[in-house]
Amino acid sequence: MFDFIQRFFGKPASSATAKERLRLVLLSDHLSLAPDVVEALKHDLIEVISRYVDVDAANCDVSFEQQDKQVAMLANIPILAMRSRPSPPAAPPPAAPPPPAREPDPAPPPSLDLGGATASVTAEPQTAANVAPGRPAAKPAAQNGGSRKRRRKRPGATALPSAG
Amino acid sequence: MQEALQQHELPAASAVPRKRGRAIVITSGKGGVGKTTTTANTGVALAATGATVVLVDADVGLRNLDIVMGLEARIRHHVLDVLEGVSTLDEALVTDKRVPTLRLLAAAQTREKDDVDTTAFRDLIGSLRDRFDYVLIDCPAGIEKGFTNAIVAADEAIIVCTPEISAVRDADRVVGLLGEDRTIKLIVNRLRPALVRKGKMLSVEDVNGILRLPLLGVIEDAPDVIVSTNKGEPVALDAASPVGESYRQIAQRITGTLTTPPEIPREKSFFEKFFGSLR
Repeated sequence: MFDFIQRFFGKPASSATAKERLRLVLLSDHLSLAPDVVEALKHDLIEVISRYVDVDAANCDVSFEQQDKQVAMLANIPILAMRSRPSPPAAPPPAAPPPPAREPDPAPPPSLDLGGATASVTAEPQTAANVAPGRPAAKPAAQNGGSRKRRRKRPGATALPSAG
Repeated sequence: MQEALQQHELPAASAVPRKRGRAIVITSGKGGVGKTTTTANTGVALAATGATVVLVDADVGLRNLDIVMGLEARIRHHVLDVLEGVSTLDEALVTDKRVPTLRLLAAAQTREKDDVDTTAFRDLIGSLRDRFDYVLIDCPAGIEKGFTNAIVAADEAIIVCTPEISAVRDADRVVGLLGEDRTIKLIVNRLRPALVRKGKMLSVEDVNGILRLPLLGVIEDAPDVIVSTNKGEPVALDAASPVGESYRQIAQRITGTLTTPPEIPREKSFFEKFFGSLR
């Protein structure tokens, strides 16, 4: 690569090496991570993503960039195809995030109790958590009504099982 | 209204009008990149514009600003004498041989950096700011107590960095330690344009691509600097020296009279080199 640059632009030899070495050492300085740990992080990141989708491993680019005072990680991972089979580790259903989104509803106080109680029921986290805070109705039977309008299509509930 | 009144009254207020001078620390992290030379030349160039300037050597135990300035024979008292009440501030301030508005406060040579009380040093810089337009603090290398003391009272910093990976890395660290509240600017020192062109030295863009600081100036690695340091005559006073001109422009950028970005020294042509060697 350096030879290439050198040949065509008559430029960099050692200064390009210096720049790259400096970039890497500052990266690990800023992240407080050893250079080999950074490499391992990149490797693992690509591996995790390739568990779900087919990635173009040869053209993956994970880099860290200094943005003023912060370090940002930029990943460019080309996806070749979506995997047809589900990923091996059954990750906890990603249903947890949606419920908090409902909380801003002007829910009357009585339902608070209920919300606290149902949230701890882990067997059916999606339905239970989804309903409780939103519906003012005193009866737990109002579940269907509560989830009818606002419920988003939850990938955790639909996509995963059907794919399997 | 009130402001106008104050401005009008200030000069006549007392024999020693109170200023609120700027305290600027010259620092780098790494040693040997030219902090002391930069302090001396920037100070001389600033004072030559008519501003009142005091240079404070904060490198206790390794005093050098005095010898670079050519004032080593005049030092009677130093920073620690003042802090410990052995001498008054006026007794310890040495007037420059060439520029009458320039003073030097030398470091103690036979003491240690840990002997300097941080609060006392901060107060000293505070009182110097009341009397001078510019207080330039020559910071020691390292990031230990000497560094902490040197930066404590400064709200501006000049980072001196050479185009070397070690200097850039240390400068990056120091920028982090200086924190968000200080104005930080960069001087790239000892640039060798011929090597940059050949790809054998980091360029100013390479250095500042990493540090991302406002560029105050670029100093070429030139024999003038070495010769002037040998003689104890800051190169900034050499009207014929291009490096001296670079320092004078740095001073103008500090005062705000020059707003154009610094010129990056270019490689000299064959004829320039030839005639330069005859000088």
